[in-house]
Amino acid sequence: MSNLIKNNAIVADEWTRVIPPSLGEEVVKKQAGKVVLFKLTGEPTYSPEQIAATQIPATGKILLPLTVWQANVAQLAGRMAAGEIAILIATHEPLESLAATFSDINELPLIAVFVERFPDGRIFTMGNLLRTRYGYKNELRAVGDVLRDQLFFLKRSGFSSFLIRADRSAEDALSSLQDFSQPYQGAVDEALPVWRRVNRSHA
Amino acid sequence: MYKYDAIDQQIVDERVKQYRDQTRRYLAGELSEDEFRPLRLQNGLYIQRHAPMLRIAVPYGMLSSEQLRKLGDIAKRYDRGYGHFSTRQNLQLNWPKLEDIPDILAELATVQMHAIQTSGNCIRNITTDQFASIAPDEVIDPRAMAEVMRQWSTFHPEFALLPRKFKIAVSGTKQDRAIVQAHDIGLEFYKDSNNQVAIKVWVGGGLGRTPILGTVIREHLEWQHALTYCEAIIRVYNMHGRRDNAYKARIKILVKALGIEEFKQQVEAEWAHIKDGPNTITEAELNRVAQHFEPMPYESLPAHDTSFDAAIASNPAFASWIKRCTHAHKQSGYRAVTLSLKPHGKPPGDISSEQMHVVADLADAYSFGELRASHEQNLILADVKLSDLFAVWEKARAAGLATPNIGLLTDMICCPGGDFCSLANAKSIPIAEAIQMQFDNLDYLHDIGDLELNISGCMNACGHHHVGHIGILGVDKDGSEWYQVTIGGKQGNDASIGSVIGPSFSAEEMPGVVQRLIEVYLKERTDEERFIDTVRRLGIAPFKAHVYAEKEAA
Repeated sequence: MSNLIKNNAIVADEWTRVIPPSLGEEVVKKQAGKVVLFKLTGEPTYSPEQIAATQIPATGKILLPLTVWQANVAQLAGRMAAGEIAILIATHEPLESLAATFSDINELPLIAVFVERFPDGRIFTMGNLLRTRYGYKNELRAVGDVLRDQLFFLKRSGFSSFLIRADRSAEDALSSLQDFSQPYQGAVDEALPVWRRVNRSHA
Repeated sequence: MYKYDAIDQQIVDERVKQYRDQTRRYLAGELSEDEFRPLRLQNGLYIQRHAPMLRIAVPYGMLSSEQLRKLGDIAKRYDRGYGHFSTRQNLQLNWPKLEDIPDILAELATVQMHAIQTSGNCIRNITTDQFASIAPDEVIDPRAMAEVMRQWSTFHPEFALLPRKFKIAVSGTKQDRAIVQAHDIGLEFYKDSNNQVAIKVWVGGGLGRTPILGTVIREHLEWQHALTYCEAIIRVYNMHGRRDNAYKARIKILVKALGIEEFKQQVEAEWAHIKDGPNTITEAELNRVAQHFEPMPYESLPAHDTSFDAAIASNPAFASWIKRCTHAHKQSGYRAVTLSLKPHGKPPGDISSEQMHVVADLADAYSFGELRASHEQNLILADVKLSDLFAVWEKARAAGLATPNIGLLTDMICCPGGDFCSLANAKSIPIAEAIQMQFDNLDYLHDIGDLELNISGCMNACGHHHVGHIGILGVDKDGSEWYQVTIGGKQGNDASIGSVIGPSFSAEEMPGVVQRLIEVYLKERTDEERFIDTVRRLGIAPFKAHVYAEKEAA
């Protein structure tokens, strides 16, 4: 059963996510005795060795981390042209580097933003900027620690599909897209604030 | 005050439904502790020492009598018959049950109230001057703008999960009473040289572990751009604020790290993209909201009232209450009244259900059915006729709400502390009570005069200790409770952060320490000099010498 929500329905996921292998022990970063939960904006996600060791499936539609794509542009150009490549960017990776990699961001049929932990609200600004600043029009997907209680905010920030975390029910999550019927402020899905949409002097 | 329309009501009703389901899922084990935490916090629910604590929003401190009665009834039915007004002008219940919160929220929604974003890493309740619209030094009534901002910040999708909490204060007076410099964003409204409403924008202030006063990021912002400019600031913060260390996650740390010039440059670059966008406030929208804040239907009254003047002349206790607990009003023949929630020997800011009903009745009878909560944790009747003041005093006194100590040492700000709060290092209420009993002599208190004493039970600084003339901070040393003392802090336009006088004290020593600080002041003060002025003139040395000399001798 798929856990992907798109157009208010659960649909099959036609994209295979490519994940670089972990090589050796991961270092647990600590600060004042506490595990550091979030990566700082600009921190690298994968080492050059991991990127080099990544197995890329030879056929089918694949979702690649931005850095893996950047290391394999030449080999994969044909598949990009065939619409088989989508790009995944993590919340701590700079959007500028995604924008600089493609002359037209709308060549991509799908961009996924990976959120390692749901309280990482950078994902909302990234969705907003991809839509409003970089003019991205195709599918924008939230991937990772994606839970139903954040769906409404993700939708309002420009996301159009949501891959619910595997241990949670996408069926249950669907209703959270409708948590509020008339939001106050303008955002990506509805640019106008309520007072520009509705005549409130008589409401 | 602002009245909900169908849209506002639908949002709070939908919130109750949403939170009821979140609570159900948590209790059913479908949401983990970590997953539920941000959800409950953004609904004002903390898990505390004895029970959950629910923080109910009182937007910019405005309450109707109907709302206060409802709060009283909720406190009686779901709690132990009292509530606590906090320094964020909110009301806290200390003993509700987690399972009852959805029902409490549903009751609140019936009187246009909620607990949305009273905690958590999001934009919090927007605070302002408790004397908005009536203060003689007011240039702009900031409440319409505060309401526009409340709506904009409510469930703002992009800023739903910030690196840390985010507090905004607005002020429209010459003398700042909203501590705009101690907020993540402070908006100071003024009239510019063209007589247009403009905003001076402060950023990066905050108390807490690293107290920093804000810096001006923009001297002049046209009011229409308040929302888009705040969006630009918060967007830069959301992307670049530190999420790797909760103690360094506030915007003040980012502003310090980048430097105000670089931070400003990033904000202005971001703003260039969204300036004049749809969230730009229109005259029509501001006017629609401002209609809810029209001046009250005042009577035209002379500046003097003979019965009032006679009562002052003949009744010293009434005269002393008038002096401390009433405040000048824009409108001739009216005064604002502060009802003291600081009777000696009781937890500062606490109010019983019965008292809430008394205050609501007073508001209905004498002050157009409205009242305000102040960040000093008192309640205000904003519009009382001179001829009614004596009756208000008698009724307030009978209910224990007329201690004539506003602005005096015993009108202290105090967080709930270690008796209730699981974050606290030390108790704060017993310290407050002990100091109040030490100074339980009104003549002596009045002689000491204006003095702000603020107590926080930990460095999160809910009691604003850094900006108290005397600040007391609970600290933990090897598992026992100690108190660090600062002097020379101040709120207002000339705000300052207090200086630590030396090693910390035990709880038993605290009343004596405050006593000795006061002794130095009384000996050294010149005519008309307040405690804070003496500290600023002399520095901390003579205070320190006297406090620790006695300590060594003892």
